[in-house]
Amino acid sequence: MSSGRYSVSKADFDKTLDLTHLKPYGDTMNDGKVQISFTLPVPDSDNAVEAARQLAMRMGLVEPTVTHHAPLDKSFTFFVVYGSLIHSVDYTQIHVDFVDINRMTMDETDLFIQQNFGRKIKVIGASTGTDAHTVGIDAIMNMKGYAGHYGLERYKMIEALNLGSQVTNEDFIRKAVEFDADVLLVSQTVTQKNVHVQNLTELVELLEAERLRKRFLLIIGGPRISHELAKELGCDAGFGPGKYADDVASYVCTELAARKQQAL
Amino acid sequence: MATLRIDWQKVIQAREAARQVVEVVHAYTQQFTTTTIERSICRLLGIDGVNAMGVPLPNVVVDHLASRQLLGFGAAYWLGQAAIALDKEPQELAESVSRGELDLTQTKPVDLFEIKLWAEKKAEEAIDKIHHNRIIREEKLFEYGDHAGPLIYVIVATGNIYEDIVQAKAAATQGADVIAVIRTTGQSLLDYVPFGATTEGFGGTMATQENFRLMRAALDEVGAELGRYIRLCNYCSGLCMPEMAVMGAMERLDVMLNDALYGILFRDINMQRTLIDQEFSRLINAAAGIIINTGEDNYLTTSDAYEEAHTVLASQLINEQFALKSGLPEEQMGLGHAFEMNPELKNAFLYELAQAQLARQIFPNAPLKYMPPTKFKTGNVFRGHVQDALFNIVTVISDQRIHLLGMLTEAIHTPFLADRALAIENARYIATSFADFGDDIEFREGGIMEQRAATLLDLTLDLLQDIQRDGLFRSIEEGRLASVKRPFEGGKGLSGVIVKEDRYFNPFITLLMEEAKSGSERYHQTKTAHEEGKNE
Repeated sequence: MSSGRYSVSKADFDKTLDLTHLKPYGDTMNDGKVQISFTLPVPDSDNAVEAARQLAMRMGLVEPTVTHHAPLDKSFTFFVVYGSLIHSVDYTQIHVDFVDINRMTMDETDLFIQQNFGRKIKVIGASTGTDAHTVGIDAIMNMKGYAGHYGLERYKMIEALNLGSQVTNEDFIRKAVEFDADVLLVSQTVTQKNVHVQNLTELVELLEAERLRKRFLLIIGGPRISHELAKELGCDAGFGPGKYADDVASYVCTELAARKQQAL
Repeated sequence: MATLRIDWQKVIQAREAARQVVEVVHAYTQQFTTTTIERSICRLLGIDGVNAMGVPLPNVVVDHLASRQLLGFGAAYWLGQAAIALDKEPQELAESVSRGELDLTQTKPVDLFEIKLWAEKKAEEAIDKIHHNRIIREEKLFEYGDHAGPLIYVIVATGNIYEDIVQAKAAATQGADVIAVIRTTGQSLLDYVPFGATTEGFGGTMATQENFRLMRAALDEVGAELGRYIRLCNYCSGLCMPEMAVMGAMERLDVMLNDALYGILFRDINMQRTLIDQEFSRLINAAAGIIINTGEDNYLTTSDAYEEAHTVLASQLINEQFALKSGLPEEQMGLGHAFEMNPELKNAFLYELAQAQLARQIFPNAPLKYMPPTKFKTGNVFRGHVQDALFNIVTVISDQRIHLLGMLTEAIHTPFLADRALAIENARYIATSFADFGDDIEFREGGIMEQRAATLLDLTLDLLQDIQRDGLFRSIEEGRLASVKRPFEGGKGLSGVIVKEDRYFNPFITLLMEEAKSGSERYHQTKTAHEEGKNE
């Protein structure tokens, strides 16, 4: 009988939470347990397993265990490895730039817009560039919304126009001007080889060249979009996975209200 | 297999409504040809390659005729006349046109009868090639045998054909039956087909004839090692539907994505253009023995899968009638649907099974294409794997044929080698574990699943009768399918729609129809022989 995968040795590390040395948690504080999986381009063999173990050690795992290895074909092998991470981070020193707003319900947002603007806010959205995926922009804009969060089209005080997919940056800007939009929403789903970065950079450059950048609130979203990236690219806000129409709507109306306040 | 009790009278009525919808469309579309249909005729007549500027020669020839407002006679007419007058092959003619040395419309006039004889002879050569490919497929399937039940379908999408080949071979080794090579996002809107082997693209690489050939050779090679026939899938959609079909027929693709309405609704291609193009493209697919995959799953990624489920069935019935109109037999109709209901919905699994089973019963001979969950994949790979497992169970119980595997990393990246292996392991585990489950259960009479199927059928019939009353064109204009509105004159590609002149002819129609028919007869004979063999 093998007991190799279960640690029977007494843990000899400090088991109190220390936020200046934060580590992963398996079943004991500071045990540092993580799981990783990866493929190596070599045939499944004892040498391959040892290679996987050594790689895990170089990643900072102590006592790594290769719990699973299987050939994917003649020359590729898949591994699952568990181990304890030696690294830690100082949680007290972390400051992430995120969209900091109170999430309002649809009714609250509608009321807020009514009270602060007395008119509808115009939002135009598209999946721009060659990206053919509309799942992101649809989730935010379509009437039905996504996962129980109604889309912007359902908001009484938002006039939403969804241009769909494969809209060029030039067309997008032209339509935004025609529509007299307050807000531009850009969704980017296909992010292979960082094409989204290229495409968004182009959009910002075009807007700046036409002196339109300040006229719109520019918001981007997608599976690999973060607020930090959005800022870096010269956009106003970025929404990644797990954000819904109400997050976007709340941000839009609070931010526009703040800008209006500033302008006065 | 356990069956749902359904009102067959309603199925007959729904089919009849769909048939009439298609008849009306056909009566309109048959007055026209398109630039891509004429380019596909050029390709079938042997024109290939690109000029010094990189423009494909079929485009050079067709643009040349269109700019003289003479494309309405058809490319075959002008090429035939010039070929006879100058005693040259179509490829030589195309090269001369490309160099600006020849005006195809200014050669010595030749009697129409003679042109047609020439064209028919040339067409037979092309059909021979298509027939030959078809026979190779049939022989390989006979030699290796073909398994019943779901065919495991996975995608490769590295953006580089050579890397795609590495991944495809690995996937075949792991147990994949169908390899779909994803093409670069945006190709559907190109009004030409790129040329040569390609090593770039986003979310996939270009679909070119050379890429088809390279992948076909690779899959034949790995198939020979494994003793299995590995099917190859690519796209037959967008602005070049019939040309993609020609390339697929020439390079022995086995499955192609081809939907009568998808381009209109989801790519904003003009409705007239798409409906004209799809007819000829399907005729080519039919003759080549290629299974088409329709795109109904897209209705469910853009709308709610529970509320809009009936639009899938309605579209399947419309796709079926368009396919029949092109001579495409049932055994090549990979009508699509998908497992896309919200995982939080109570009894979602029952509704999914009801729909899959209903499709199975309404299209008993069709190799149905079943798509995995994508919309509610979140990046939580552990839950994703469970969602795929539930999907796999429905696939096996309701005996779907083309089983697109879900990836645990859906919504994160295009599949890694290991993602695909895990997906195949999951599917095979469930296929074994649930092998005879569908035969061993019964659906409770009047139970949740039967009620769901009845509701779907009612809604489908209503929708199809509405579309029949108003016509497909107006129904699309009013957004009755997928809630997308498309104007009759709007969208991309309308300028490529050309009115046929009296002398217009397409030398391939009859021959392709005959090839499709005889191929289907062979299929049924083999199937009968096989079943008799099993019974002995």
